[in-house]
Amino acid sequence: MTKPSEIASPKLPFRQRWIPHPSLTGVMILLWVAMANNFSPGGWLLGTCLGLAIPLLTQSIWDTTPKIASYGNVLIYALVVLWDVLVANIEVAWLILFESPRDLRPQWITVPLDLRSREGIAVLAGTVTLTPGTVSCDLSADGRSMLVHCLDARDIEEIIRRIKTRYEARLLRIFR
Amino acid sequence: MTPWVEFVVAALIVIGTVFALVGSIGLVKLPDVMTRLHSPTKATTLGVGALLVASIISFYHWKGKLAINELLITLFLFLTAPVAAQFLARAYLHLHCDSAGDLPATNRPCQWSTFQCACPPDAEDGSAAKP
Repeated sequence: MTKPSEIASPKLPFRQRWIPHPSLTGVMILLWVAMANNFSPGGWLLGTCLGLAIPLLTQSIWDTTPKIASYGNVLIYALVVLWDVLVANIEVAWLILFESPRDLRPQWITVPLDLRSREGIAVLAGTVTLTPGTVSCDLSADGRSMLVHCLDARDIEEIIRRIKTRYEARLLRIFR
Repeated sequence: MTPWVEFVVAALIVIGTVFALVGSIGLVKLPDVMTRLHSPTKATTLGVGALLVASIISFYHWKGKLAINELLITLFLFLTAPVAAQFLARAYLHLHCDSAGDLPATNRPCQWSTFQCACPPDAEDGSAAKP
């Protein structure tokens, strides 16, 4: 079956045809220039070539563009996660060094998801893995529940509430 | 100025190596595969992060060069650590778990996606997210 985008592409306006994802292009240019640590015109030119070519060549992966509702919320979310990663490191280090592994109560839990956006769920799963005591392991086949492994599940309700209010509620405001 | 910079860089290097060491101790000390997964996904991100900040400060101060590309290493670590952890967890699920007994229920009309590839279209609104 032919995808609708393949039929429609010759009729699209110039910008949508050759720069299908402008923000992806922008991020790739900045990433290239920063990675090569080369801010000369040549660096920007090579970055622009890559930023234009790579989204076109990988277009079959990017069949939809996620809608970001608010970039301010993205910044707040990044800061919250950075802070939690810092705390997670210290908590896990404490647990490893000073607590006996026999006192741990590892357990699987199921977290119901309200997020529908694929990109949003991917960000949530990554966040859950990087933050204290939890690793995201699987999704249900319809993508509406997440399987999470807890290192020390003394209070399951609290862990689920934390994932849903601290991270998922913020992501729901970002990915529409 | 220089002694202070040296002090900060040295402190960051010590913090970084301590967290990297703790991550490795966790790998030895924790009892099974799934609990061991927790240690490298968390304890090492701060370890590598602190070492990179130390490196950026020292390069900027002694060589006068701002190395932004080292910050990107932290970014890539944040992107790759959860993906690697998820792959390890799925391998564990395939080898040691059985969809009925060992895992909690999905609370959905389908299995965990490791055990079921496609899901029948959703009766509610038909907009199932792709696994």
